[in-house]
Amino acid sequence: MNKVAFKGRKFLQALAAAFLAGALLLTGCGGGASSQSAEEARKQNNEIVIGIPQDLDDTLDPHYTTLAGTREVMFNVFEGLVKPDSQGNLIPAVAADVQISDDGLVYTFPLRENVKFHNGETVTAEDVIWSIRRNIEDENGTNLIPALQNIQSLDSEGSTVVITLADPNPEFLSYLTLAVLPADYADQATQPVGTGPYKFVSRAAQDNVVLERFEDYWGEGGHVDKVTYKIIGKADGLVQGLQSGALDLVSHMTTTQTSQLDESQFHIEEGTMNLVQALYLNNAEKPFDDVRVRQALCYAIDRQEILDLAFDGYGYPVGSSMFPAFGKYFDESLTDYYTYDPDEAKRLLAEAGYKDGFDMTITVPSNYQPHMDTASAIADQLSRVGIHAELITMEMNQWIEDVNQNRKFQSTVIGFDAKTLTGSAMLSRWVSDSPKNVINYNNSEYDELFAKASSTYDDAEQTQIYRQMERNLTENAANVYIQDLADLVVMRNGLTGLQFYPLYVLDVSTLQWEK
Amino acid sequence: MKSVGKRAAIFGITMLIVSFVTFAAFTLISGDPAMRLLGTEATPERLQSLREQMGLNQPFAVRYLRWLAGFVTGDLGTSYSYNQPVWQLISPKVEVTLCMVVMSFGLIVLISIPLGLFSAQRAQGAEGALHTSLIQLAMAVPPFFTGILCSWVFGITLRFFMPGNFPGLHQNFAGSLHYLFFGAICVAIPRIAMTVRMLRSTIVGEMQKSYVRTAIARGNDRRQVLSRHVLKNSLVPTVTFLAQTMAEIVGGSIVVEQVFSIPGLGRFLVTSISNRDYPVVEALVVILAFWVVLSGTLGDLINQRIDPRLRLGGES
Amino acid sequence: MKGLFARFFRNKDTSSDGGDARGYLIVGLILFGLFLLMAVVGLFYTPHSHTAMNAAAKFQPPSLTHPFGTDNFGRDIFSRVMKGSSTTLIIAVATVAIGAAAGTLIGALTGYFGGIVDDILMRVGDALTAFPSLLMALVIIGIVGPGKYNVVLALGIVFIPSFARIMRTAYASLRYVNYITSARLMGATNGRILFRHMLPNTMHVLLPAVTIGFNNAVLAEASMSFLGIGVTPPDASLGYMLSEAQSMLVRAPWYALCTGMVIVLLVFGVGLIGEGLQRSGREVG
Repeated sequence: MNKVAFKGRKFLQALAAAFLAGALLLTGCGGGASSQSAEEARKQNNEIVIGIPQDLDDTLDPHYTTLAGTREVMFNVFEGLVKPDSQGNLIPAVAADVQISDDGLVYTFPLRENVKFHNGETVTAEDVIWSIRRNIEDENGTNLIPALQNIQSLDSEGSTVVITLADPNPEFLSYLTLAVLPADYADQATQPVGTGPYKFVSRAAQDNVVLERFEDYWGEGGHVDKVTYKIIGKADGLVQGLQSGALDLVSHMTTTQTSQLDESQFHIEEGTMNLVQALYLNNAEKPFDDVRVRQALCYAIDRQEILDLAFDGYGYPVGSSMFPAFGKYFDESLTDYYTYDPDEAKRLLAEAGYKDGFDMTITVPSNYQPHMDTASAIADQLSRVGIHAELITMEMNQWIEDVNQNRKFQSTVIGFDAKTLTGSAMLSRWVSDSPKNVINYNNSEYDELFAKASSTYDDAEQTQIYRQMERNLTENAANVYIQDLADLVVMRNGLTGLQFYPLYVLDVSTLQWEK
Repeated sequence: MKSVGKRAAIFGITMLIVSFVTFAAFTLISGDPAMRLLGTEATPERLQSLREQMGLNQPFAVRYLRWLAGFVTGDLGTSYSYNQPVWQLISPKVEVTLCMVVMSFGLIVLISIPLGLFSAQRAQGAEGALHTSLIQLAMAVPPFFTGILCSWVFGITLRFFMPGNFPGLHQNFAGSLHYLFFGAICVAIPRIAMTVRMLRSTIVGEMQKSYVRTAIARGNDRRQVLSRHVLKNSLVPTVTFLAQTMAEIVGGSIVVEQVFSIPGLGRFLVTSISNRDYPVVEALVVILAFWVVLSGTLGDLINQRIDPRLRLGGES
Repeated sequence: MKGLFARFFRNKDTSSDGGDARGYLIVGLILFGLFLLMAVVGLFYTPHSHTAMNAAAKFQPPSLTHPFGTDNFGRDIFSRVMKGSSTTLIIAVATVAIGAAAGTLIGALTGYFGGIVDDILMRVGDALTAFPSLLMALVIIGIVGPGKYNVVLALGIVFIPSFARIMRTAYASLRYVNYITSARLMGATNGRILFRHMLPNTMHVLLPAVTIGFNNAVLAEASMSFLGIGVTPPDASLGYMLSEAQSMLVRAPWYALCTGMVIVLLVFGVGLIGEGLQRSGREVG
């Protein structure tokens, strides 16, 4: 036995030495050279890796997706009859052309010839009609897009789709960006199939999502052959990933993050995120059911200071539920409706019976650093008028459940974006009986205005009403509006072709490596 | 051999209890999974049909047994978030974490045993105090703090590995091990310190026993006594401790995976807890419990081979 | 109690494995004392407000006004560390208090009375202690949800079995000791025997266990806050701050280093106290 023990010990020592030597060798060899070449190899293979902070842990079926992060990625996989371009126009996609009758009631879409789904099948008029029908009434009898209830008839003549409306609606076309899917394909939620320039390949939970260039795309299609989205939950992980060479592109970065990068390897492009970041207040919840309290909050917040503190001055202050990229709808005069005035805030609070302030909670999704930072800055500013705000941080999915579904929150910092390029995409949300009205905004004048806008066919007149609605939100201090975030996109040198959209999407089809 | 059978039986019973408690607890708190899946689209008819489809109208015991069978048949239900089979989601994560834990355990054994023996021989005086202090210091550094420093120093500055670029076990096995190695080190450091400390005090304690004193007084060589008697007698507590370690490092790896962006079970567990994705959480809990109970059982079995007295059912 | 500590200090020797029990205790108590001072003062006073932001003073390296520098919002890190220390201290103490109190009660009853309940409880306890504490805490958090109080609850529950096991052994060993038998013959009530006569004599076991528990609590809380399921802002524990610091490691390395060092020195100090207690306890007990 003693011999065994001794042998054992020698063996262990030898093993340890071998292991350590191996480890050193492994780390040594695997070092410098290979990481440099990994970026090079991606360039050679025409691939890119994009870092995203949030997994697509949602259904991938585009008709049901709720997470903006999921839509941002899947924008490349799906198309509708029409699709938005980077200028904010709608251009024909699956349709070859759009013809609208003079009375604005009949829409005729001759389909593009030989548009293929990613599974190889050709798109037919039946697929288009099935996809639209599904959004009017799905398998469970739910109406997914209320505006589509306006459709009176839906017909096909060969490869032409004809839609007839009950009432004219100038925004109707934008709803037809809804994804065209193969009729009765069952695995859309996990193995989605669309017609976009990139096809979905795989998703590994909390790890990555892979897209590949779709060879049979009807148009020019993408430049890069393979796009991998890496899910990296920690803010510094994205910085590390870029710096180490693991990632080529990360969007929505904060200046704290970008300032940590080695500038010689990257270039940063600045656009807007096209969303309205605000401290959204649950108007049905005490004390925010009192307009004076909400206004006090608006006076207590110094937007410019928030931008300076958390975003190094980047970002565009807004004063209502509309962002600047929406040009004609955006009312700039509302931005300075409330100016920073803590004394006025205190006066209003006292008037509402909260002379000594109150305690409140701010719910924030922890994966989104800009919202976290804004919330922290808000909490500090509120403390100056005696309001004690506690942050409740949670994962996005739980945020969806608590805020979006159950409306179990007092206030939240988040950005609401527009799903389509319409004024109503931003404004219909706050109509009192809208299922998306998470803040429980209840204002009869607002509801009437929206009803009027919906039945107005004249574009200029409708725009005017939308602007009145924005003013209504501001005057009643529905929320404490902060900003449209600057979108800082970091790209590895050599990668070009980024286009900003007036929507929350990242179009990878225009990206390419410089030759 | 009988003792092995007995230990296996205990193992089985423990796992049954653990899985039952887990299932019961999560069934209790998660409410109605059908409701959860349907969300706002729930209508009484839809609920009813989905419940039937999911087998929720069956008695609790039947559902439990069916779920338990899922560990063998690979059907553990569907994730709420991903709409994908739980088994399909977690099996790649289990492999990754298993690799890192095994690697970490290897490091602990290989480094701490020689160090422990070395340290035990110099337990006296100033040098002993220095060792003790170093051990305490190493135990005081949280693994994720080491991880943060490690990823910047070795990853970004020295470029020994590429943080954020875990290649995947099936794509590039050697590359993956290389990546995991850094995580494994961070998990191992505090446990190495603990193991050295335990080894040292066990050996020193053993050395003070009268039989050792007698042997040395009789003129036997110190080193010989050490290897012939002391080490042998120290083996049982060491194995017990290492078995405990094998279970404990899973905890450390959960945090370290987050630091290194390793797509393992820990990261998935944390996000699933936050997302209240209960089918995933309960499956992961049982898998982790399996690992923990397995570690203990293996430790006991090895000890029974080393020390025949334990086979008679004595306490270790 | 005072006498008890004195006894630990008096005991100088320790031939066994290195070093003087008193040395460890002194160094450990100094480190812990510094931390305690910072944490307790932090409850009432910080040099700057720990939440006040200042756009003009972002990312300042350590200086006389800001000994630990400032963070991305221009907040004074030293003040934040003081506040964070208070939070960490409160969580750790509360956790250990729950674990030690419940564990001692269970250990005392099972150790003293024995019997079938003892057997069952100890089997369950054995099974529970086999689980990594962080993992158990995660599972409990999975059930009760995240947040500061839930962290305390989860960790407290997790620590009960290990305290119970240690205390049971200590109580069982005292069961047939002469003075206990005498006390029983003199008609002392069970409660009196358990807590008046026996408890003080288990201190040599309980105190080191408390130090280990305290360290585990600090590290576990740090890990949980790091994972984002612990404390939430504006509360800041040291673990939470460390995870915050990680996101600006290049811009403000002093943030991670200062915060990390406070954790390391705290755990190191308490570890040394435990080491000292164990060594002198071995001789005393």
